[in-house]
Amino acid sequence: MMHDQETVLLQGHIIDSLILAKVLDKILMMGGTFDLQDVQIGKTREEPSRARIVVQASSAKLLSEILHAIQPHGASVESERDCRLAVALADGIFPDEFYATTHLPTQVRIRDQWVEVEGIEMDLGIRVDPVSLAARTVPMGEVKRGDQIVIGREGVRVTPLQRPRDRDVFSFMESQVSSERPHGRVISDIAKRLMQLRIGFREGKAGSKVLLAGGPAIVHAGGREALAWLIDEVFIHVLFCGNALPAHDMEVDLYGTSLGYGHAAGRVVPHGHEHHLRTINRIRAIGSIEAAVKSGVIKTGIMAACVRRDVHVVMAGTIRDDGPLPGVITDSLEAQAAMRAAIPGIGMALLVASTLHAVATGNLLPATVPSVCVDVNPAVPTKLADRGSFQAVGLVMDAASFLRELARELGARL
Amino acid sequence: MSRLLVCPPDYFKIDYEINPWMRRSNAVDSERAARQWHHLMQVLEQDVGAVLERMKPVPGLPDLVFTANAGVVVGGKAVPSRFRYPERQKEEAYFEDWFRGQGYEVVTLDPGSFFEGAGDLLGFPDTWFGGYRQRSEIRVFPILSDWFHREIIPLELVDSRFYHLDTCLCPLSGGELLYFPPAFDHYGQAALAERITPSRRLVAPEAEALRFACNAVCLGKHIVLPEGCPETESLLTSRGYLPHPVPLDEFMKSGGSAKCLTLALD
Repeated sequence: MMHDQETVLLQGHIIDSLILAKVLDKILMMGGTFDLQDVQIGKTREEPSRARIVVQASSAKLLSEILHAIQPHGASVESERDCRLAVALADGIFPDEFYATTHLPTQVRIRDQWVEVEGIEMDLGIRVDPVSLAARTVPMGEVKRGDQIVIGREGVRVTPLQRPRDRDVFSFMESQVSSERPHGRVISDIAKRLMQLRIGFREGKAGSKVLLAGGPAIVHAGGREALAWLIDEVFIHVLFCGNALPAHDMEVDLYGTSLGYGHAAGRVVPHGHEHHLRTINRIRAIGSIEAAVKSGVIKTGIMAACVRRDVHVVMAGTIRDDGPLPGVITDSLEAQAAMRAAIPGIGMALLVASTLHAVATGNLLPATVPSVCVDVNPAVPTKLADRGSFQAVGLVMDAASFLRELARELGARL
Repeated sequence: MSRLLVCPPDYFKIDYEINPWMRRSNAVDSERAARQWHHLMQVLEQDVGAVLERMKPVPGLPDLVFTANAGVVVGGKAVPSRFRYPERQKEEAYFEDWFRGQGYEVVTLDPGSFFEGAGDLLGFPDTWFGGYRQRSEIRVFPILSDWFHREIIPLELVDSRFYHLDTCLCPLSGGELLYFPPAFDHYGQAALAERITPSRRLVAPEAEALRFACNAVCLGKHIVLPEGCPETESLLTSRGYLPHPVPLDEFMKSGGSAKCLTLALD
């Protein structure tokens, strides 16, 4: 990605003299790229023209070389100001006019220096430490009295995503979700990425973790074995879910049903509706899912695979939960914070069959993380794709079919 | 009646080297220089009919003789030069004083900017050309364009031997352009080609361009140029101009010729 950039202005009789063409050619010849933001062409011969050019380069060094080369032709760096800061007057309240973040890479200018904002996530504020020259996103609920918060838009710049280099489904995505999309090709591209990421993960490379956020439909629809296989084969490294996914997953293990529906029998079994309650109760008695797996009470399925493979699981509760299972975080803000803490290092996200968790996770992810949203309801992938990222792929399909096909693509015999 | 600003070469010599032509070892023959200068003045006054305004030479300012670099004058307005090299920056005050003394409205560029007067800014009545990169800098042209209400097409000078625009480009009174294309990059050549039809572009041969054939003074049909440029002369003659070749080789030791020794006051 072209990350370093500077805005330059060029003015005068730059069109007929081919000075603009020369400057743009120089930028490209030196290996940079440009975004011609604004060109005003003089209406008469006498009237000057003006161009505002964002020069982008892959490194600060190259950027400086390019600026050095185009400066003699009249390209002057647009004078830029520091971002404006205001102090938060109370805990949990941003100053008026606070800058609200997007999910795109963002920089703020502090004492004439562009500083990368850490923890990119949409709909947060930016907290600046003027001493260490650090900037980090902060959720409204976590702002503390006295924090220096960025206000207004001056001195803030957002880098639009470049199209990814890989020529796969993520590189030519348009924000369009269709149930007619050829699933096979998309899933095969996802599988290729998972393969690469697993290699990176095993080598301890940053940004190689795969996150799956999923709902209980995965279990109901029959995707449990496929997901457990993906976890066992170390393709999934972080799991976000609620109370229901683990409850029904373990219900299958203990009773052979999910929400009372017999998996093998293919019908509702007598008193089956109690099974998930009994499952939750059993795990509560044992104390934790981990203990239930390690003691051999839970032997198969998603949660068992997570414990075996040491997958980082964040379970976020909701108001309709039974129990809940031990480990489910019932405070929404706490749950959000736990999910947020698990985001760094994620290189890909699979958001499967859960409106609630898909949207919550989508909001936490920077736009730079390729994400796949799978749901039978087109509204969910549409909502995610509308976030305006090249790298959000929506698939309108059943969760179990998706997971099975993905696992098969990766070598599972299901 | 054309008025030209000139300055006698009383203190003209090579005291420093700020262009590829200057060699301190290549001393100026002062008497010969004076003879050549007076000959040039005689041609300008008697053959061409120009009116000459003589500036008082100043000891220690050997290049004051090159008045083309005093600044640029249009109408009643004068913009004095801002020289790139400290060696010539001392001339600025004298030129500015002269403009003020003559009652011109003097407009000055910011100190720290570089603009070497009519040496780098010349053209046709509506369109001017601005040479940059060697001496003047491109950023002064939008400012001058605004002050003089003229279009100024910047042209990058890519050969240090042609360090001022007037060493390689000379707009003629009939709309033709005498120039040496390799002194410009292909963008500059294309910009000139876009503006001036092929039949009006007169290309000086390299050997004569290096004798500063383009450093010529064009007043009406008269063109005063350094001697030793026969091909250029016949090109000009074929277009109906009257060339006046003048020996100026003492001034070439400093990288200057006919045009450099004059400033049009219009």
